[in-house]
Amino acid sequence: MNTQALRFVPASEFKERAAAAVADEHLRHSFRGAMDFLIGKRAAQFPDPVALEQQRALAEHIRKYSLARLPDLLEQLERKLTENGIQVHWAADPEQANRIIIDIARRHSTRLMVKGKSMVSEEIELNHAMADAGMEALESDMGEYIVQLDGEKPSHIIMPAIHKTKEQIARLFADKVPGASYTESVDELIGIGRAVLREKFMAAEIGLSGVNFAVAETGTLCLVENEGNGRMCTTVPDVHIAITGIEKVVEKLEHVPPLFALLTRSATGQAITTYFNLISGPRKPGEKDGPREVHLVLVDNGRTQAYADEQLRATLQCIRCGACMNHCPVYTRIGGHAYGTTYPGPIGEIISPHMLGLAATHVLPTASSLCGACGEVCPVRIPIPDLLIRLRGEAQHDERPGHFPMLGQGAAKSRVIDAIWAGWAALYTRPALYRAFGWLATRFRALTPPMQSGWTVSRTPLKPAGQTLHERMAARKRP
Amino acid sequence: MSDRDDILQRLRAAPRGKAPLLPDVSAFHAALAAGMPASTPAARRTLFCEKMAFWHGEVVRVTHDSWPEKLRELCLAKGVRSLLCGERHAVALRGAGIEGLKTYDRPLEEWKAELFQNIEAGLTSTRGGIAETGTLIIWPDASEPRLLSLVPPIHFALLDARQIYDNLFTAMSEQGWSAGMPTNALLVSGPSKTADIQVTLAYGAHGPKELIVLLLVDEEELA
Repeated sequence: MNTQALRFVPASEFKERAAAAVADEHLRHSFRGAMDFLIGKRAAQFPDPVALEQQRALAEHIRKYSLARLPDLLEQLERKLTENGIQVHWAADPEQANRIIIDIARRHSTRLMVKGKSMVSEEIELNHAMADAGMEALESDMGEYIVQLDGEKPSHIIMPAIHKTKEQIARLFADKVPGASYTESVDELIGIGRAVLREKFMAAEIGLSGVNFAVAETGTLCLVENEGNGRMCTTVPDVHIAITGIEKVVEKLEHVPPLFALLTRSATGQAITTYFNLISGPRKPGEKDGPREVHLVLVDNGRTQAYADEQLRATLQCIRCGACMNHCPVYTRIGGHAYGTTYPGPIGEIISPHMLGLAATHVLPTASSLCGACGEVCPVRIPIPDLLIRLRGEAQHDERPGHFPMLGQGAAKSRVIDAIWAGWAALYTRPALYRAFGWLATRFRALTPPMQSGWTVSRTPLKPAGQTLHERMAARKRP
Repeated sequence: MSDRDDILQRLRAAPRGKAPLLPDVSAFHAALAAGMPASTPAARRTLFCEKMAFWHGEVVRVTHDSWPEKLRELCLAKGVRSLLCGERHAVALRGAGIEGLKTYDRPLEEWKAELFQNIEAGLTSTRGGIAETGTLIIWPDASEPRLLSLVPPIHFALLDARQIYDNLFTAMSEQGWSAGMPTNALLVSGPSKTADIQVTLAYGAHGPKELIVLLLVDEEELA
């Protein structure tokens, strides 16, 4: 088993990785094919655009309502879960979240933790922290299992191994799974994973899962999945730890169906997943299975920064369906790994700056053509393009009056660019200066430099015309 | 300051803005229903069967009296040599003479390996079905534990045809879920599956490879 330390690659080297990914024909083929497939499947689920807009309006309303009451709902959730026998923990940052989980694991003399799919556990780099503490954390979602076996990170939040072909997976299993022979049959490959992981479910002291929705009124944790590994992780081991971002809470159970319906349809184009697992407590006296202890770890990790601003708060409406990345022309061309962050694609571009700071991530909001596809498909109507523009601005400027500075505020500020804009503003607000500049630029056009920084990387150099537009218009008017 | 207080304080310090009104989910569903033909038990059943078939779930019609016998035949046809059930149906199934019948009557710890390695099929009751998505509602309890519907490679589920609801929202409101949830409640739509390898669908990822719904209907309907 590969338990080597895996640190995230710095987001600041995004451009180099993006260039490498764009040059990788095989990778682009994988992503293009998979994204087209998912786009088609999603579209088939929403044949009526009017009905879709009504569903999106309701889902957006539920998420905005929940966020408006977030601190109250978190307290209500904590109260109900505690009544139900679930222990609630709070973590402001990844270090604290890992500490909480490792403490619980140590208390139960854990050797093996089996994990259901959880992006928050990727966000806090739990596997690495567990390895440092001398315990194994094994991914059990088939896609996650495959990427972990190969020492990689997921390249998509819903389909983690989307960048791999079945031939690569066949080779990987034959090399790394004891007793497995080489097969390119997908059924047989899944069978190999199933057999290995069933042994692990039986052996593990702890199961860890994410949470899709947490219901405050009933104290219920909802998990969405197709494979059944999430149910295994939350049922077979003696201890279940759920981990989630603080934004996942909704007030009422009836708020779940509209979000759930849009989540699965937007994510994989399924009307529903195979399993929807609602957990409201540990094993009761008399019950014969289920964990004896259930914990919930609520993680902040920058979410309160997004919450502090009324526009950026919309980032937290996200239900992690991945539709924005499936429809993103940039994501489709560079794949998930190029971003270097837990969450790739448009959602990653707007959430990562809060988690990691703008100093490390200011390039991410620029990885967009602002085509608007992400905002159009978002089931909870997050105005992703607006937020991208806002974050670009925050990276270039000091904080707005009356706003808290963001982590890494103004990290991309450049004296040269500021000077260019100041010069531009001066030219365009002073008519005499503007005409003088126009006269000089046209008369001395031969002196225009042939290399014009970023512009000439892939374009011919700009060169002023021989006369300004003003002069040409004036010439036309003369009889 | 504890992380809890710190987080809550930061959330409370944020500008409030205009608070949205409570979303009216039932009005949304009422409006949706108004635009569709009136829901009938027969239409719900047909839709349920259609959707369940889409998820690769098999639906077999049975009656209240005959289902244990039908289950025996199914087990025989599928070569099932060990069927696990809860205490609730143990007597009826023993009466039908099903071979290799076992009851989930001990805590998991006492027979974990046996459950994982030696049981070929499991039978559970259901609390109802959902027509829109072809979904079973299962509330595991002391008699029918959680793993009964997960570990055995074949899952038989007994569903009363009169308990099929239009959608998840109507099921949870009519059954009053929010008044008290069990430790674990499940929605199951077909056998376990994955498309994680090259977007190719494969069944039996971690849970059952087959799901067979025993749909309880009246005598005269079966004839």
